[in-house]
Amino acid sequence: MEINAEGICYRDLNRMIRQAVSMGEQSIVLRNINGQRYIGNGIDSKIKLVVKGTPGQDMAAFMKGPEIDVEGNAQDGIGNTMDDGKIIVRGMAGDIIGYGMRGGEIYVSGDVGYRVGIHMKSSDEKNPVIVIGGKAGDFLGEYMAGGMIILLGMLSRTDKNVPLAGNFLGTGMHGGAIYTRGPVDKHSLGRGLGIREVSGQDFDIIMPYLEEFGRQFGVDVSVMLESNFYCIYPTTHRPYGNMYAY
Amino acid sequence: MFNLKRTNHKPWDYRKDISGCGLSGLINTNGKRVSGEVITRSIRTQHDRGNGLGGGFAAYGIYPDFKDHYAVHVMCDSKTALNNFESFLKEVTVIDQQERIPTRASTTIRNAPLLMRYFVKPDLEADNPLFDKGMSEDDFMVRMVMKINLDVPGAFVFSSGRNMGAFKGVGYPEDIADFFRLDEYEGYIWTAHNRFPTNTPGWWGGAHPFTILDWSIVHNGEISSYGINKRYLEMFGYHCTLLTDTEVVAYLLDLLIRRHGLPIEIACLALAPPFWNEVNRMEPERKKLCEAIRMVYASALLNGPFAVLFAFNGGLVGLNDRIKLRPLIAAESGETVYMASEESAIREICPDPDKVWMPKAGEPVVVKLNKTE
Repeated sequence: MEINAEGICYRDLNRMIRQAVSMGEQSIVLRNINGQRYIGNGIDSKIKLVVKGTPGQDMAAFMKGPEIDVEGNAQDGIGNTMDDGKIIVRGMAGDIIGYGMRGGEIYVSGDVGYRVGIHMKSSDEKNPVIVIGGKAGDFLGEYMAGGMIILLGMLSRTDKNVPLAGNFLGTGMHGGAIYTRGPVDKHSLGRGLGIREVSGQDFDIIMPYLEEFGRQFGVDVSVMLESNFYCIYPTTHRPYGNMYAY
Repeated sequence: MFNLKRTNHKPWDYRKDISGCGLSGLINTNGKRVSGEVITRSIRTQHDRGNGLGGGFAAYGIYPDFKDHYAVHVMCDSKTALNNFESFLKEVTVIDQQERIPTRASTTIRNAPLLMRYFVKPDLEADNPLFDKGMSEDDFMVRMVMKINLDVPGAFVFSSGRNMGAFKGVGYPEDIADFFRLDEYEGYIWTAHNRFPTNTPGWWGGAHPFTILDWSIVHNGEISSYGINKRYLEMFGYHCTLLTDTEVVAYLLDLLIRRHGLPIEIACLALAPPFWNEVNRMEPERKKLCEAIRMVYASALLNGPFAVLFAFNGGLVGLNDRIKLRPLIAAESGETVYMASEESAIREICPDPDKVWMPKAGEPVVVKLNKTE
């Protein structure tokens, strides 16, 4: 089904979506979206949403199952505490993408803002993944406790001299891993982190997500692999364990 | 002071929305003017970023018939306050035109103060009690505005620049725009603010923008360094009377850029300087500059989270705090540049911009008006 969201308040829009889902609708195309918040929040079935336009803050928060395909740029806070499902953004995305994310996958073709993947976590059953085709702002993976961020830097719209990842990369990170295509500056790394070149087993881990990224945005995996990948990982579970202990 | 209980807030109809203030601004770099209806549509898209306790606009190029006069907008809480204000203004300026600021009857904007505007030129005669020999007109106007806001009870000047004006009050910005009939004005720069007051009261004077001369500022965030900034400004004759942190930014811009003559980029370096560990990695010349700015202007540093848009007759600037704790996005379409808290606010009035980008923390987006001559 299709919903023309032009001029519709987010409360009404989300009520319409939830109602359609409860009636068994499997696929909804949302046209003329502009700034409506909370799209797809808390929906726990495997439906598909296509968002045409610019969705508002906190899209797909607490989402558990749906696939959301955004034909446009996404704003801040998408995938907040997301539990399961998939988000595909065919453009840029703003700050705090995947905040506290605990499952599912987010693919962004272009650049992302600040604090992406902050507080991401994993469990025995779930391992959330964020794949970024462009570059990232400061604090990528801040306080990260689990899951995986893959930063490609291939489809960025920024100038060449803008670094792949900003400063304070992985600050407070104590679990999970950040994979970068190409090296990052040592000074931009947070405390208590190690970095190693990716080889062998590591590739087995990231390959399915690279392939999915390639499928979604038409990038050849062999082109992705023309550069070396690096893995940033925590060397301790308590990077600031002694901070207040004198 | 206005009665702060007289607001639109209805506690019995309160549904919580997670909010922060909302900003939007645009500049036509060739000085072509657009109706206030445009910026109103943009800020309305961000309705849920505010809570109805403050909305406001700054507009540039709106008074072409009086472009060499200072346009003084004042709000007064009583007829007495207005009379006191007026007799003082008559004493120190030449008033060439005065009128009520036109408003529309509104069901949402209530308890408005008396709103007047005056097109004036400073009366720089020897018997002017506020005038010192050798003082510029701008310096005089700043002193006058400070004097009124400090010493005339119940009267607040909220706009004092040439060929520009601020319009603000308690309400959602789209309602404030309707109230002030902004669709009837045309400007080449517009900024708009949707307020969600957190630390200070939601009253008419506390709505954004804050202005002095033609500087205007709209802000999302909080200036944690308010106390330091305020005391620093007092040494230069600026007095903060509007009970809101953002006020210091307007006066800092006037001090740093107009009075000290700093280029805009350098002034921004003082407001949002790079961290010392970044400074230590810089080329020697840049390092020396950044060290000097941090030492000389330590008290002008704005601490805390912020995204601000500031404007003046010559341009529009967007600036974030150093770690981007508040959102800001920019776009360009032909000769117009847009900046807002959310991209949707830009897309609402410019569906298909040539370029959209996320400004970096602490790095100003400076858009200057092309010289007309």
